[in-house]
Amino acid sequence: MKEISLQVNGKQYSIQLEDTSTPLLYILRNQLQLNSPKYGCGLEQCGSCMVLVDGEAMPSCRMPVSAFADRKVITLEGLLQEDGTLHPVQQAFVDEQAAQCGYCLNGMVITAVALLENNQSPDDTDIREGMERCLCRCGVQPRVMKAIRTAAQNMTP
Amino acid sequence: MKTSTSQSRRDFIKSAGCLTLTFPLWTSCELAAGENAVPDSSLPRSLSRHPYISAWLQILEDGSIRVYTGKIELGQGIRTAIGQVAAEELYTHPDRITVHLVETGVTPDEGYTAGSGSIINSAMSVRYAAAAARARLLTMAAEKLKVKADALTLEDGNIQQDGQPVMSFAELLEGKQLEDKVDTPPELKPKSDYQWVGTAFPRQGIEKMVRGKEVYVQDLRFPGMVHARVLRPPAYQSKLESYDQVALEQRVHGLLKVVTDGSFLGVITEDEYQAEKAQQVLKNTSRWTRPPALPADQPLHEYLKTLPARKESVENKGNFTDGGKKIQASYFKPYIMHASIGPSCAVALYDQQTLHVWSHTQGAYPLRGALKEVVGLPEEKVHIIGVSGSGCYGHNGANDAATDAALMAMAYPGRHVRVQWSREDEHGWEPYGTAMIVEAEATLTAQGTIDQWKCELWSDSHSTRPSGDPGNLMTAHYLADPHPRTSYGYSGGGYRNADPYYKIPNLKIDAHFFEGPLRVSSLRSLGAYTNIFAIESFMDELAEKAGQDPLAFRLLHSEDKRAIAVMRKLEEMIKNQPVLQDEGVGLAFSRYKNSASYCAVAARVRVEKNTGHVQVQRMWAVIDAGEVINLDGLINQTEGGMVQSASWALKEEVRFDEQHVSSLHWATYPIFRFSDVPEVEVAVIDRPDQPPLGAGEAAQAPATAAIANAVYRACGKRIRHLPISPEKIKG
Repeated sequence: MKEISLQVNGKQYSIQLEDTSTPLLYILRNQLQLNSPKYGCGLEQCGSCMVLVDGEAMPSCRMPVSAFADRKVITLEGLLQEDGTLHPVQQAFVDEQAAQCGYCLNGMVITAVALLENNQSPDDTDIREGMERCLCRCGVQPRVMKAIRTAAQNMTP
Repeated sequence: MKTSTSQSRRDFIKSAGCLTLTFPLWTSCELAAGENAVPDSSLPRSLSRHPYISAWLQILEDGSIRVYTGKIELGQGIRTAIGQVAAEELYTHPDRITVHLVETGVTPDEGYTAGSGSIINSAMSVRYAAAAARARLLTMAAEKLKVKADALTLEDGNIQQDGQPVMSFAELLEGKQLEDKVDTPPELKPKSDYQWVGTAFPRQGIEKMVRGKEVYVQDLRFPGMVHARVLRPPAYQSKLESYDQVALEQRVHGLLKVVTDGSFLGVITEDEYQAEKAQQVLKNTSRWTRPPALPADQPLHEYLKTLPARKESVENKGNFTDGGKKIQASYFKPYIMHASIGPSCAVALYDQQTLHVWSHTQGAYPLRGALKEVVGLPEEKVHIIGVSGSGCYGHNGANDAATDAALMAMAYPGRHVRVQWSREDEHGWEPYGTAMIVEAEATLTAQGTIDQWKCELWSDSHSTRPSGDPGNLMTAHYLADPHPRTSYGYSGGGYRNADPYYKIPNLKIDAHFFEGPLRVSSLRSLGAYTNIFAIESFMDELAEKAGQDPLAFRLLHSEDKRAIAVMRKLEEMIKNQPVLQDEGVGLAFSRYKNSASYCAVAARVRVEKNTGHVQVQRMWAVIDAGEVINLDGLINQTEGGMVQSASWALKEEVRFDEQHVSSLHWATYPIFRFSDVPEVEVAVIDRPDQPPLGAGEAAQAPATAAIANAVYRACGKRIRHLPISPEKIKG
């Protein structure tokens, strides 16, 4: 057994595991029982498994958990305020009903949060570019774009 | 409304939020053999089969209401729509209503969640059952309070008198349920009094999703749950010769069991990543027989026409003469895949001689019928619990993953076994939407109207869903005692919408059914997609020959006022659109199944002639789905339908080599990304006085045809073979 220390959603974890090549995704979903990052392709092609790593949106399905030691990992669960209030991006997705099946929603919200961190008033081209790595099969991308515009407005001080 | 029984002695069901509920079987909710099974034809089909109120709704001890549906939520918002109709008839806020998705032995058997039928059958059954419940609650309350029923009303879970609540539904029922049989349509709440139905009532599920709550079958966790993967063969017909157990034991931690049965090869581990590794080790070390080669060396549309085919005459009316100039065109659609973003998944547990399977199947009951044969258990020992999954858009890998999990749980009893398909498993083994060919020929009258229309189409099956037949479970083909595919399935989907919804005096349609090289089944809108792509492309071609505007030409051949209304509305939406150099606007219309929703779609595209790149800039749809239940749900389905269809039209084609499918991930089967997605706009024509028609499949077919027509207008290239790729634009 090896031990890896991991910081997820502000909490410090010491993970015991046999195989340190295990991708972060499986640790988050199985050991830490977090539902939000989803298995989609295991190939970093679809964005379902996105997490924030030191503020940057990154896929978690391939990179071994050991690569994330001592970095700050945030998932959808960690975007909530302590009283359970949604992050403005999460709230915008609810307000705009920006989902059908919602399986891609994790990657959409995480990527949008990172996008708005770097660009507080993105235009449509910026949004498309920023969201390019996230796939949606139901075809809700127009609603996702709307949700991001709404979130940007609501986050402007 | 007739009522034949009053309450049962059945106790209240305790309110429970978990996914596993052990219930007695509701045998009394289904019609017993010999019971009068000739229902009023005006009742929804599902209600005719399950006519008791308690099959559809029950009052819980805490006063909340649980509604039962035989359907599953897969992103189409059916859970919300069903809650809305129940809320309306019971004058109770939708927040007090929970909807229990399909579960064998618990909910009504409503077959499949497919064909845009969930509103028409399930939501309407719930509406009638809830209306019957309202009448019964009022009668019971009147008796109890010794007042006239018309002095009472329902309000948010309570009986009211003079505007004041006098008792809750739960107090009135005193632990009983409403067992009345609904055999004639009850009096429904006047639509003018509606509070929730027809509005854009938000889906509660979306907040759960953004919070990372447990939503999908992929999210289920049980104490002691173990993880499993199955190694699929390298080709459809390969047989397993050997695998290396030693290598597995050396390289995989926590290996619990290798499950083999003929050419079925599965592995169970404690840890999920170790299961994934085990699958790779098996892939690298197993040996398989070499199968016959797939026909990868010739153009698919040519190959498919060489296959033996069964011919069926679909339509033959009027007289055909040799006179008139014949206009001909041939259209082709390749194999396309459902390509769910979340690959299929299932959890199974074999415990105390009962097999429990949690699945995102579109048909829990039909799956049970097939699965019991595979595992050799009596029906009552197979319990299938429907749990939401990633959007599937038809028959994807769900049933096969459920079968995988069931087989491994049987071999490893007492613990929950979770099977997760990989991306490659889903892309390579799901049943695709079949390739199709449509050859059309027409003549015009001197006045420029259509005189003769002949169409020949070629198609494989459009449903190989389980339907109680183990031969339809792909996993079962590979067992030592295999269940081979015995039935061809449902071919009727091949000529869905092959009959143009236009006034044509002389019409002949023949269908040819082949068995193609790839596994196929139902994909959203079935053959309507290809048939409407062909018809609506051909209508534009004929309009041009007739020297007419495409929309005017369609209107000239339309008789149905609702069809005309959606086209007129579309015309209004696009009339002032600026169209620049290299841009074009195209449109198309269809009435899904020629009996369901009306939908007209327009697309504006920009074509770069040098590169062949087509950008779909904007799409518009007008939809008339009859009575609107959830306005935003309808708009969302229509928007998504257009975007998905645009992706099919421009990007998608399942490729294969001699051995097997080679489109195994998103790089080899690209779909739309954000940079490809058009802006969308949907207008809804609400017809509250008409029956709801279902809307999940209305937009796809006209959307692709509108794009093809727009491409022609932008660059003069008529693309008749999908996808509309840069090579074809340049070629």
